[in-house]
Amino acid sequence: MYPFEQYHSKALCQALVDQIHLMADRPLRFMEVCGGHTMAVRKYGIPSLLPDSIMLLSGPGCPVCVTSSLFIDQAIHLAAYDRMTICTFGDLLRVQGTNGSLEKAKTEGKDIRVVLSGLDALEIARQQPEKKIVLLGIGFETTAPTTAATILTARKEKISNFFVLSAHKLMPPAMEAIISEGIPINGYICPGHVTTITGIAMYKKIVENFGIGCVVSGFEPLDLLQTILMLVRQVKANQPKVEIQYSRAVKPEGNPKAMAIIEEVFETVDEWWRGLGILKASGLKPRDSFQDFDASEVFSLPVYEISEPEACICGDILKGLKKPQDCMLYGKNCTPDNPVGACMVSSEGSCQTHYNYAGIN
Amino acid sequence: MLSHGSGGSMMHNLIKDLFFNYFNNPLLNLANDSAIFPSFKGLTAFTTDSFVVDPIFFPGGDIGKLAVCGTINDLVAVGAQPYCLSAGFIIEEGFPLNDLETIVSSMATEAAKAGIFIVTGDTKVVEKGKCDKLFINTSGIGVLPGDKTRQPNPESIGAGDQIIITGCIGDHGMAVMAARNHLEGTINIQSDCAPLNLLLHGITENPGGIKCMRDPTRGGVASSLCELVKDKEFGITIHEDRIPVKPAVKGFCDMLGFDPLYVANEGKMLIFANKEKSEDIVARLKSHPLGREACCIGEVNRENHGKVVMKTAIGGTRVVGMLSGDQLPRIC
Ligand code: SF4
Repeated sequence: MYPFEQYHSKALCQALVDQIHLMADRPLRFMEVCGGHTMAVRKYGIPSLLPDSIMLLSGPGCPVCVTSSLFIDQAIHLAAYDRMTICTFGDLLRVQGTNGSLEKAKTEGKDIRVVLSGLDALEIARQQPEKKIVLLGIGFETTAPTTAATILTARKEKISNFFVLSAHKLMPPAMEAIISEGIPINGYICPGHVTTITGIAMYKKIVENFGIGCVVSGFEPLDLLQTILMLVRQVKANQPKVEIQYSRAVKPEGNPKAMAIIEEVFETVDEWWRGLGILKASGLKPRDSFQDFDASEVFSLPVYEISEPEACICGDILKGLKKPQDCMLYGKNCTPDNPVGACMVSSEGSCQTHYNYAGIN
Repeated sequence: MLSHGSGGSMMHNLIKDLFFNYFNNPLLNLANDSAIFPSFKGLTAFTTDSFVVDPIFFPGGDIGKLAVCGTINDLVAVGAQPYCLSAGFIIEEGFPLNDLETIVSSMATEAAKAGIFIVTGDTKVVEKGKCDKLFINTSGIGVLPGDKTRQPNPESIGAGDQIIITGCIGDHGMAVMAARNHLEGTINIQSDCAPLNLLLHGITENPGGIKCMRDPTRGGVASSLCELVKDKEFGITIHEDRIPVKPAVKGFCDMLGFDPLYVANEGKMLIFANKEKSEDIVARLKSHPLGREACCIGEVNRENHGKVVMKTAIGGTRVVGMLSGDQLPRIC
């Protein structure tokens, strides 16, 4: 049997949908902040099953989407150094910087390689000691531990030609910022994978300070529907709280080992998010004691002005204020084959998921 | 090992030994600059395709088998009976001769299975790095029996028509992906690569009712349907729970973040058929080993013009978009 089959049962899904319809007696807006959820929600056709009064919004949960042009510009700048290899995750290649993308730099002959994990980049460093290898570190609490572990390994093995340019980010500051900006939402569908690492303590603040419920969800249709039902119940009972729907994978305390590795290697810094601007202590940068591995310390990097493609409304989409169809470029000048903004680049980006699963209109 | 530029004698021996040996047939054996054969009554179908699959050997086939089946299936899709093929080889210097022999032999086997001749060919060896191991181009000629009015014609598709797939989807693409990631041992997926004239022979006449066929190779079933429905006055609805996918293919797709609907097939046909005839067609397909899992996966309707809509297995609805980007480069 297909391993996730039990989470795809039509009868059980329908039972949950019926309950949601029964309970939903007011307009509700729930936001997911995980690219995996954005994709799953669309792929299974979940919005079509919900009452019109429930709206699902996609927040800043796709790491590629929130990455700044500054980061891309700096990476391209680094690529021009002598004997330099830039290692990146595939999606980042097509994000536009001020003057083109990493993909363009690659076609111009820069040594830019796609890797599947930081460890692949480290392996290149081992095999080519004459070269400098910079890993572009992006992602949330899910990928930060791997980058941290890679740095620790590099130190242990005394590999001196391996560096990380970090744009790693932390999810909770963004979730708080969205509410602080006054964007109306009634509950968070919290990211399953991030929470397996962080645990749920970080959501308590959101519940206490803002009175908004947080339910940690899995990625299969039954998971998502159950999460939505749990959020509807919380709103109706006027009892916002932190709950774990995805209990088969998420422990309340998370993964303390992984958190400890992040803590050991990184410190928090203020970081820029598309749509939200600079958020306090929302980014991760290698600590001073790991300076030798921090590309932003070892190489002199110009600070570029952050620019956004003209007419692209990714920022507003990531805050749930606008929908992809509201963008005049959507489906015309901006398509997955030819993305203008970052949200169209990644398969988990709001614009691309919408394009793939909801069509042009 | 093949060397570049050795010209005359070595190349001559290579062609003679390998190709004449394996492709052995009266038209090729004349060794003319062109193959010569009588013209046919009725209509002739002519198609070409190039094959650059990486890796060249994968579970269930190799680049040679693919090159023969791929072109045969392009002919079959328009309702033609494949008659003969040409084969052009571009070989990277240093390519092992015994690998070439394996590939040529599997082309010969497929051609014999399908009952067609490889009647003309060409070989070029290029310097190292100028091509990746081996590329093959095949062109094919087929015969369309009867007159035009009896041929499949996409213009005749209309609301109510049923959409049939001749078996499980996504096998070829995921078999190649498994080989590419050196997982052939762990993941048991075989390419479905097969000459479909064996399955579909005669089916346009009996039971008839076929309006259009599409060979869902690169971009998979989703892309074929999207291309077909684009700018049309009708829409397509498919039902996720009816689409046959092997558990291993589904599981591997999940692992890599692919959707089987967009993964290439090399031995499947999408058939648009008259509603009345569709059950007969499915029954006839099922009676053949290549069509055991044939089933009806959707229908043409008057709603959602120009779009493919999917009823998801949990009862939801969503649009099936065109494949974006290159999900799987060099898959055929
Ligand atoms: S459609 Fe393209 S340009 Fe418009 S908001 Fe989305 S990513 Fe930006």
